[in-house]
Formats: sequence, C-alpha cells, structure tokens
Amino acid sequence: MNNAKGTVFKFGDNVDTDVIIPARYLNSSDPAELATHCMEDIDKDFIKNVKKGDIIVAEKNFGCGSSREHAPIAIKAAGVSCVIAETFARIFYRNAINIGLPIIECPEASRKIQNGDEVEIDFNTGVIKDLTTGEIFQGQAFPEFMQKIIAAEGLINYINSKED
Amino acid sequence: MGMTMTQKILAQAAGLAQVQAGQLIEAQLDLVLGNDITSPVAIKEMDKMKVQGVFDKDKIALVPDHFVPNKDIKSAEHCKCVREFARRNEITNYFEVGEMGIEHALLPEKGLTVAGDVIIGADSHTCTYGALGAFSTGVGSTDMAAGMATGKAWFKVPAAIKFNLTGKPAEWVSGKDVILHIIGMIGVDGALYKSMEFVGDGIANLSMDDRFTIANMAIEAGGKNGIFPVDEKAIAYMEEHSKRPYKVFEADPDAQYDAEYTIDLSTLRPTVAFPHLPENTHTIDEIHEMEPIAIDQVVIGSCTNGRIDDLRTAAKVLAGRHVAKGMRCIVIPATQSIYMQAMEEGLLKTFIEAGAVVSTPTCGPCLGGYMGILAEGERCVSTTNRNFVGRMGHVKSEIYLASPAVAAASAITGKISCPCELK
Repeated sequence: MNNAKGTVFKFGDNVDTDVIIPARYLNSSDPAELATHCMEDIDKDFIKNVKKGDIIVAEKNFGCGSSREHAPIAIKAAGVSCVIAETFARIFYRNAINIGLPIIECPEASRKIQNGDEVEIDFNTGVIKDLTTGEIFQGQAFPEFMQKIIAAEGLINYINSKED
Repeated sequence: MGMTMTQKILAQAAGLAQVQAGQLIEAQLDLVLGNDITSPVAIKEMDKMKVQGVFDKDKIALVPDHFVPNKDIKSAEHCKCVREFARRNEITNYFEVGEMGIEHALLPEKGLTVAGDVIIGADSHTCTYGALGAFSTGVGSTDMAAGMATGKAWFKVPAAIKFNLTGKPAEWVSGKDVILHIIGMIGVDGALYKSMEFVGDGIANLSMDDRFTIANMAIEAGGKNGIFPVDEKAIAYMEEHSKRPYKVFEADPDAQYDAEYTIDLSTLRPTVAFPHLPENTHTIDEIHEMEPIAIDQVVIGSCTNGRIDDLRTAAKVLAGRHVAKGMRCIVIPATQSIYMQAMEEGLLKTFIEAGAVVSTPTCGPCLGGYMGILAEGERCVSTTNRNFVGRMGHVKSEIYLASPAVAAASAITGKISCPCELK
C-alpha cells in the first residue's frame, strides 16, 4: 500500500483513547465489534458516515491516555486509511505502527486541512495533497521498514515474514 | 556527554556504554506485564508468532484487575483466555482473584519491580515503578506479545525534563497535589516522548506512596517515564518487599535536560483537575472563590491512590463524620495486603461507619468499567488519574481529579472541599 485517498474527518487537540474506544466496550477484542463504537463519545455519527479509505486529521497529542491497542485497531477496522496529526501520544504512535495503521505527523496539514476535504497521501514521499483546496504539505515519509510493517498488516506478520 | 538516569538504565540494558536522546536501541527486559484487557490481544498476537512459549516464565506478570471479579460474560471469557495462557506457559506471576490487586500497586508490593529494572507493561500506568528507580513504560499489546516471546523491546532513547523538588509539603498536601500541579504547569503533552526525572532534597519529604502516585501520572503529561533517585526510603521499601538484587543508577552531573523546573513543595496547595483534562487544575483557594461545585459520588482508590497512605489519609478525614446525604462514597484498597492492613488498623470500620462502601481490589470505576459508573449530568471527585469525556460513564458526566484528602472531605460536604474546611 503506497497511498491513501479519502474524505477528512477533522478533530481537535488531545483526542484520547477513551473517546476513540470507550472502556465500556473493552470486554471485546474483536476488531469489527470495536469499530462499531469508534469515536462514539466524541462524534456519535462518525461510524455511520465514515467510508473505507477515509482519513482522520487531528491536532496535538492524538491518542493520549490509555495504552489500549483497541484504539488504533478500532480506527483501522472502521476503514480509516491514515491519521494525520500535529503530534501523537507515544503509546498510540507505537501501537498504530505495530498494528499497521498509517499515521503521519504534519503540523501544517493538521492546521490547514478542513473537515470534509478530499485528501491524498503518498506514503513513499510523505506528500499530503488537499484535493479540495489544492494545497500540498510535506509530511514525514515512512521509512522502508515501517512501510513493510504496514504492508504486512502489523509487526507480528512482518516478523514472521522475515523468518520465512 | 553525560547521561540522565533513564539513559543510563537503558544503556546498560542495551549493552552499550553510552546512549543519547533519539537513538534507537534494543533492550533486555526484566519484566513484561499485562492485564485482563490488554493480555488477550497480546496472546492472540503471540499465537500468530512462530515462537514456542515465553522467553522466561518468571519475568512475565499477568494481573487480571480491570474487570475482575468478572463483570460480565465477555470479561469472564477474556480472563479465562489469560488464565489458560498462564497455565499453559507456567507463568509464575499470574495473580488470581484472591491474590490479585491493582497491577501497579501489586507488583512493587510483591517485590517484582526494583531499581535499575527495564519494564514494559501493556498498561499506560506502567510508569509507576519509576518511584523505585526503575525504567518502566506503557506499551500496547503487540509490544507485550513481542516482549513475552523475545524478552526484548526496541526504544527510542528519550530526552528528559528535570523537576527539582525542594521543601516539605504542608498538611493535606500529597503526591497527588504535586503531580497535578506539574501537569497543570506543563500540560497533558508537556513531557511528550520524554522522561520526567525528579531530583532534589524535597524528595526525602515524600513517602514511597507519594512517589508511586507522582511517577504513576507521568503518562498524564505525555511522559515516556517518570523516575526518582534511589534513596534510603526506596532501599528500605525494596528490602522489605523484594529478594531481587537492585541496581542504583544516578544521572551524570553533566546530563542534558530539555527543560528544568524547581518546585518548592511547601508552596503547593491541595489541587483539583477539572473536566475534561488532567491539566485543567485549580488550587483549593481558587475553588473557594467559585460557586460551590456539588458532587454525587466520590471514588478513593486506583493505581494512583489506592495505597495504605491514601486510605489512612481518607480515614483520618472521615473518622467520626458521615458522608453527605445522597453521596455515594466508594473506597477501593488496591491490593489484598493493603485491604488487610486497612482492616487491622480499623480504617475499614471508619469508612463503613462514615457511610462509604469498601470494594475488593479492582480498576473498575476509574475507566468506566463497573463499580461506580456515572449517569448523565453526575459529578464525581475521584482520586484516579483521568477525567476525559465519558471516562467513568455517561459522556455528559464530569470527573474532578483530587487527592484522597480532598476526595474524603468532599464526600462529607457534598461539594469540592478541603479537610481544613471541616469542623
């Protein structure tokens, strides 16, 4: 997977893992079931409106709080192809890569991209295009190993594929 | 170039003489931890791996504590998955109901975490063990799986912020007030990706339980870890609880810090974090200037504040008094041993006579699991660690984070209060 394209769902600062997937649903670890509650406490219509390939754009400290890997799992299972933010909380950052959810830190894109914009991301170059406004932003390109983890759908599959 | 305390521990665990901030290293792990929410996901990942068994059955701790005793069938299935994995792999440190406690209170008490250790846990509050001079940090389930299989984890060596603590806290000011003050000062991402290194002669005036509380909430400032120097109190704690050898690391005099703050503990006031972020802090004096904030529930417990010092403080406030009419006050000793000690000291009797309920150890209400869920519009003063939207129940409920002293006083008056206001 070298690129992503979709409609943007825009969020603000400090989107925490409790609103990404509330703990009342953590008695399940099934990705499809978790996805049905994704972002429920911050935008109850998110799951109704999100389509496969859509993109989340947020501001500072996305994914702060709990270490629950269920948070990036729920986002990925909801069909989101990439999360762009000014910064990510560190455990979320690690978890997203480990389960193969593409994420990019890009403060300028995070500030300028608006809710509903159509956005295209090239993971090889880190270039983010806002197709609605025509603006182009340079995010950090994924290192090769990270692209391989994402292509393998997660760290464990990637480790296994190396041992073959 | 000098190294911070954290960097020295990581260098040793990576077999390197020197590391610097930003460097990627692979470190040997002394302990890998998981609970009943994160372990099932890790076990599923491990099953996919082409490895047989775990790296060391003595260096894995599995603590079902979040939805335990099981709150529903699905939670019971998760716990069963963890229990069977523990049995299959002969995990030494699996803690069943009856021995179980809240993980971050339980593991130091069982002597499984000591100074110099490198610990990962699939729980964000794993940073608690920094109180003993260990490097410990929260990770997700996949990292836990890889850690259980290989005994190793990769880390980016963190830069650091230094907090120089001086002076002695006044009456009714505790570790919780110290860390809430710091989070209020630097924000919920103020220490993002960094270690929070606490130093200074004020540390001698903080009990071990205060230090556990402070290190526990490093994650609430975005920190990778929080860490304290190993002094006489820390050594006495480890010698009482652990048979494992500990190793004392000290920061180099020329270690680099991205920022340095000095905090005179004697100037701190009881501090409360308002909804919906731990950085929204107000001192009790500021609260006195506001309209009274009426509350419906008080929770005293959690990995942040469910230790014996916390219960003693709460009992001192509640003794001979009664909670306000209509107030639900829930007290949760963090481990069986704390529960027993509270019983022997008569604290449980004090709580029950004051109209509080006392629960078996569980994380339950802190994350909106069970044992104290909030309805729409309700407010809770809680000694827990997060006051995010919907954290303890309905999305329109509110959480005020505070110390056990403020929580207990608020239970009595029915509004956010300090023990100094009580007659």
